Amino acid sequence: MDKLLHTSLKEMRAGLDRKDFSALELTRQFLARIKKFEPKLHAFVTVTEEEALKTAKEADELIGKGESWALTGIPFAAKDLFSTAGIRTTASSKILENFVPVYDATVITKLRDQRAIMLGKTNLDQFAHGSSTETSYFGPSHNPWDTTRIPGGSSGGSTAAVAAGLAPFALATETGGSIRQPSALCGVSGWKPTYGRVSRYGVIAMTSSTDSIGTVARSVEDLVITAEAIAGKDDRDATTSAAPVKQWSQFLKRDLKGIRVGVPKEYFIDGIEPDTEKRIKEAIEQVRALGATISSVSLPMTAYGSMVYAIVTPSEISSNLSRYDGIRYGYVSETASDLFEIYGKTRDEGFGDEAKRRIMTGTYALSAGYRDAYYLKAQKVRRLLVNEFKHVFDKVDILLCPSSPNVAPKLGGAADNPLFGYIADQLNIPGALAGLPALSVPCGFGKPADGAVVDLPVGLQIIGPQWGEENIFRVGYAYQQVTDWHKAKPKGFE
Amino acid sequence: MITKKEVQHIAKLARISLSEKEIEKFSADLNKVLGYIEVLKSVDTEGVEPLAQVTGLENVFRDDRAHPSDVTEAIIKNAPDQRGRFIRVKGVFE
Amino acid sequence: MNYEPVIGLEIHVQLKTNSKMFCSSPNNPDETEPNRNICEVCSGQPGSLPVANREAIRKAILVGLTLGCEIAEHSKFDRKNYFYPDLPKGYQISQYDMPLCGRGETEIVFEGQKRKIQITRAHLEEDAGKLIHEGRTSLVDLNRAGIPLLEIVTEPDFRSPGEAKIFLQNLRNTVRYLGVSDADMEKGHLRCDANISMRETGDIDLPPYKVEIKNMNSFRAVEAGLEYEMRRQSEALGNGEKLISETRGWDESNGLTLAQRAKEEAHDYRYFPEPDLPLMNFPKKYVQELRASLPELPMQKLMRFIGEFGLPESDAQTLINDKNLAAFFEETVSELQEWFKEEGMPSDDEKKFAKLASNWIIGDYQALLKVSDVTPKESRVKAENLAELIKMVSRGEVSTTAGKKVLAVMFEKGGDPSHIMEDEGLRQVSDEPAIAAAIEKVVTANPQAVSDYMAGKKQAAGFLIGKVMAEMQGKANPQMVNKLLEKRFTR
Repeated sequence: MDKLLHTSLKEMRAGLDRKDFSALELTRQFLARIKKFEPKLHAFVTVTEEEALKTAKEADELIGKGESWALTGIPFAAKDLFSTAGIRTTASSKILENFVPVYDATVITKLRDQRAIMLGKTNLDQFAHGSSTETSYFGPSHNPWDTTRIPGGSSGGSTAAVAAGLAPFALATETGGSIRQPSALCGVSGWKPTYGRVSRYGVIAMTSSTDSIGTVARSVEDLVITAEAIAGKDDRDATTSAAPVKQWSQFLKRDLKGIRVGVPKEYFIDGIEPDTEKRIKEAIEQVRALGATISSVSLPMTAYGSMVYAIVTPSEISSNLSRYDGIRYGYVSETASDLFEIYGKTRDEGFGDEAKRRIMTGTYALSAGYRDAYYLKAQKVRRLLVNEFKHVFDKVDILLCPSSPNVAPKLGGAADNPLFGYIADQLNIPGALAGLPALSVPCGFGKPADGAVVDLPVGLQIIGPQWGEENIFRVGYAYQQVTDWHKAKPKGFE
Repeated sequence: MITKKEVQHIAKLARISLSEKEIEKFSADLNKVLGYIEVLKSVDTEGVEPLAQVTGLENVFRDDRAHPSDVTEAIIKNAPDQRGRFIRVKGVFE
Repeated sequence: MNYEPVIGLEIHVQLKTNSKMFCSSPNNPDETEPNRNICEVCSGQPGSLPVANREAIRKAILVGLTLGCEIAEHSKFDRKNYFYPDLPKGYQISQYDMPLCGRGETEIVFEGQKRKIQITRAHLEEDAGKLIHEGRTSLVDLNRAGIPLLEIVTEPDFRSPGEAKIFLQNLRNTVRYLGVSDADMEKGHLRCDANISMRETGDIDLPPYKVEIKNMNSFRAVEAGLEYEMRRQSEALGNGEKLISETRGWDESNGLTLAQRAKEEAHDYRYFPEPDLPLMNFPKKYVQELRASLPELPMQKLMRFIGEFGLPESDAQTLINDKNLAAFFEETVSELQEWFKEEGMPSDDEKKFAKLASNWIIGDYQALLKVSDVTPKESRVKAENLAELIKMVSRGEVSTTAGKKVLAVMFEKGGDPSHIMEDEGLRQVSDEPAIAAAIEKVVTANPQAVSDYMAGKKQAAGFLIGKVMAEMQGKANPQMVNKLLEKRFTR
């Protein structure tokens, strides 16, 4: 039965429909694994056992009648940023520690409608502010490949859960690397969609103009199944596109003849760990062997990406976090004696440092006299970034580069590596600002620069043009037909 | 260089009661922003429109149909303080 | 030293749509149960998103067109960030630098003079909730949060409080005619803040300060508040005081304005474009179609009633203040016009009859409406019936007094005036011999009155006419009585 836990979603679907096993058995398996391994990983904020078992029974009924969809009876985990009606949703923060939403996020509704089975809500950096889960109010999650190390972030709980086989797939979000980077660090496949592909309705907002709603799973083929289930226009999210959701599974081929690959030279800078660089170069060669043409491209605006991000992101965050005021929901300070203190103390006590830092930065950037010079200027440079990508995608179909410049650092190790955030940002942020789709797929292992003798996953990043899901899924899938990295499992989670 | 007074003003705008230590800490961060903007100023954006919507969508509207919600009671109950159907909050000074 | 006022208005009009501006919660400003019309969007729940109401935008553009505004080809929403318990998201979705409606110009008629008032802009935004203060706490009701508001800002072109009041009345009529708002100031559908400063009469520069007055809850209050400020500011300036910009609250019960506690700093709203809402564009063709769909507006109707029908301004104003009353008047006149054509009557008579119709409608008809709390649409009196009644009265078939009775019966039961007249026996008698006979009878019975009458005492005439009317049970045509009485004594 345990081998079940590492089969593909397609095989799980087939097994369920053949009645080799029931959704209830499957769910119980995963719940047992969560119970067993959670103390090591701390990937979950809330485990929804009752809910899961109830949905499993409903799924089995449907399967019994022969009425199943792609994800009926398939368990999943959701980053604790997705509103789930009646089930606590915390954003891994104190201010929402006991908050219970009154409605479901659209994506959750879509999965509930199919009777996919939610196992629980996963840990993240508080309000998605970070790349390690270390800013979580509930403490960090641990990387299954080496539990003294971070899983990456902000979707670290989701990637750790999938990597350790605690859930076949998980919902995640990305604003500037939060799906790609932890996917790479945990050795799983992650999809960051084109901005506007998947509804943000019900997902606690960070940077409204950039937040993308994606998934992590054990293979690109699995990602495609999840993508087909959650993508699509939502009348309640005015920023979703009416572009039809293709049956991307039909476009998956075993070769990449005719595909033009660009390798951005600005993405291969000093600071990338040697093993990481080696694995990426090997992966690029494998892509070439599949029939693609490889050329070097240049994206000179790349360096400005982080700066644009450093202004636009906190500005929108400062506005999006204004609603957390202790009046209509969430934590309220017990020592507040008047309205001003309700606001001031609640927000000072309820928000972590990083949230406060971003609110302060954003408020400053938007405040009178600075808005024009800062926010609007940053948005102008952002348009130049978008244009630059458009031009490069006239010449190539996808870009390849690392998802992260390094393998997983030790918990608390970010402070030792001053470039940690900065270089990682270069790789993920420009594409995120342009709303481009991307995948991270495992492409091997490497030793960390801190000298530890341990093999940690490396992730290959595949970036596509706007609305280019077809391109990235095709390249990721073909690569996984000739490599086995995505099938590797961490030791100690048997 | 950003002054302590400016940081206190920002904290007030943002309604966060920062401690002295926090004010110092965040001053450094706000100064970093000044650094970034200096770099961005060097980029020529003459004639460039600020990007607000990366999707290029325009005119997305909804029809004027009313759908009463079934979660009104749940919304009220989520409030830390209530009186009947009102949400209650401490002293608001005009 | 003579001073003149420089007045501008900032008006918020609640738009009448089925649902709120950015969500599908019901838009009902008169809802009494707190927090009934709320949802996750308008209560600012985490993760909720706004979607703009197409109808609210259409209605806003219609109003902008009636104010002569340029409709923006490109527009967007912006976030206006501030903290207050009636603002669930901690920001209001409004419009900053690309409002739906740009500069415009409209006309008012004040004391017989036409005056042009420039509009600075009009934009769409969402309303905030309501706060009720209770002891040391406040109670928050979000029913109103998210209702669409059109904010209209005028240039400081008003030169008297009366003009401001006329403008507001016209605006109210316009939005009612368009069906975009009930605009009842007492119910909060329309809110108005005013700003006023004083300068020496004849000066053309704007004064270096302006006083904003808030908390005026009716048109009368706006006028009174402005009048008070005019006096207060003139006096201060006359005393050599330097006036500064400030905000003052109107105190209705004491009839004065009070300085509000000085705010520590001006609001820093940190406006930025709303990332959750795509840009909007309005092609010229669309705006043209909307313009073509505009009904005749109150001002135009007012001018037409004055010009075409020769009605005095006050009569015309009363009629147009109620869209349905104006419509009833026009239908009545239209029926009368049919009759003119048939009879080949001279055209000045048209104006005479229009005035008659106006008198009947503004007088007795409106009185009947008020007493029974019924609208013209609901009333049983049809325009053709009223027209016929007017005809009959003008022909002397029924006296004015009897006519009022007929109207009352029509109002209560419906029906046609000639039938009612017969049924109630109200037909006026203009039969000369019958009246002459009655006169003889009265003259014989009242010799003293007769001698007084012959001596030229006017009261005697009235007395005798009254007696004749009584003799004929009020059905005699009074003009006929008078004529025959005169004839009787001028042999």
